[in-house]
Amino acid sequence: MKSLEELHKIREEKRKELELRVNTKADTREKHILVCHGTGCTSSKSPEILETFRRILKEKNITNVRVIKTGCFGLCAKGPIVIIRPEDTFYAMVKPEDCEEIIQTHIVEGNIVERLLCKDIDGSKVKSLDELNFYKKQKRIALKNCGVINPEDIDEYIAFDGYRALERVLREMSPEEVIDVIKKSGLRGRGGAGFPTGKKWELTRASIGEQKYVVCNADEGDPGAFMDRSILEGDPHSVLEAMAIAGFAIGANKGFIYVRAEYPIAVERLKIAIKQARDYGILGKNIFGTNFDFDIEIRLGAGAFVCGEETALLESIEGKRGQPRVKPPYPAQSRTMGKTNTY
Amino acid sequence: MEKSNNNKNTNELKNCNVCEQEDLFLKDLFETYRPEKDNLIQMLNEIQEHYGYVPMYVQEELSEFLKIPMAEIYGVVTFYSRFSLEPQGKYKISVCLGTACFVKGSQKIMDRLTERLKIEPGQTTEDGLFTIEQTRCVGACGLAPVFTVNGEVYGKATVQKLDQVLDEIMEQEGQSKNVS
Repeated sequence: MKSLEELHKIREEKRKELELRVNTKADTREKHILVCHGTGCTSSKSPEILETFRRILKEKNITNVRVIKTGCFGLCAKGPIVIIRPEDTFYAMVKPEDCEEIIQTHIVEGNIVERLLCKDIDGSKVKSLDELNFYKKQKRIALKNCGVINPEDIDEYIAFDGYRALERVLREMSPEEVIDVIKKSGLRGRGGAGFPTGKKWELTRASIGEQKYVVCNADEGDPGAFMDRSILEGDPHSVLEAMAIAGFAIGANKGFIYVRAEYPIAVERLKIAIKQARDYGILGKNIFGTNFDFDIEIRLGAGAFVCGEETALLESIEGKRGQPRVKPPYPAQSRTMGKTNTY
Repeated sequence: MEKSNNNKNTNELKNCNVCEQEDLFLKDLFETYRPEKDNLIQMLNEIQEHYGYVPMYVQEELSEFLKIPMAEIYGVVTFYSRFSLEPQGKYKISVCLGTACFVKGSQKIMDRLTERLKIEPGQTTEDGLFTIEQTRCVGACGLAPVFTVNGEVYGKATVQKLDQVLDEIMEQEGQSKNVS
């Protein structure tokens, strides 16, 4: 359990420490070697690379370099990916055998290992991820922390303003104000239908029910679609924070995340994140000293594509066959375990 | 927990050489979860993970614990593709036939696998060594086509790579390579 002051202190101190992750001109003697631990890179043996880096650094007695596991950088076919900060050098298709050279040439001598740089589609070699034509014009919003922070360390999430929105919502706003902000933001569902989120929250807040739930649909089954997974693996706390805010807005004190069992890494990181958030008192009773309680449970899918459909998903959460229900009534009005929910 | 032993058929008994441990697992499971209906799929996931399939007698135990009719539990077990009613082989080889892998030619890998092991997807070899499964997207489309052996992912797979992996396993298990 951490007090608000303690959380603020963590944010301030950790942010300074992590400046080099986002600022190539950061004033520091430290270097961070970021090794992608998304599903793609893990499948191509990135954990072995992480271990090799750590072993070599220890052998060489280099103490100003840390090796960090991060979420997905988004170029799985070029994996395993290694990025070195603060200079933001991007190495692709790294093998454990390459670690020695990276440390000797890059870290010790300060030169780039040219042969491990990634080629862009026009054949030119790029030095950093953002120089790729694919990324040049992109601005990451939902994935802004992905590939920047260690997803298994709540402090790193807090450093980049994590749980600040929740604190503000709980301490300074009413549920109606929260819904109003969401409505004005124009935020909509990302599942295809694009239902306005503010409207959904408003409907759910207004519907009558003794117990409401926030249900997070992370049953991502479409081939090649890894939005949910990237967020869960790279920045799981952002999902928890958003669910808590939704819970406050609609009057729910319990949340479910329905996630595919085929994504073991995502499930594991979620479990870690939930535990850390509970330990810090960010999930549980009387969050941030208010009278708001909220807790989250994970529900695993079991390999049924249809369960990504909202009503089938609710059936599955209840432990039944994932057969879609007839609508109306809509889930915002009725019912998980006979109770109201939103997601 | 004693009672459950009586319900096992001989086939299940044969596969249960550590019965005491298995009972401990069930005992543990029933202590971890509250006897509420919505826990069914979570518990089945753990059972599948532990036994490699969902034995009939475990379904009966579950039915009693959660107060859900057997028919309903059977319905759930057969609905979700992760649950299996048959014991699985020591090596579970899953070939991804999701869109990305399929386009990249994973069917050829599946064909080779069924040809070499002489079983169809969903079946287990008689010696209990191999089970072939076709799986949906495992999320490594960047490495397509992929197959997995007991969860370990082999990306950018080829028929040659599959052969190599199979040979290694067979050698380890002291089997002759029955390449057809």
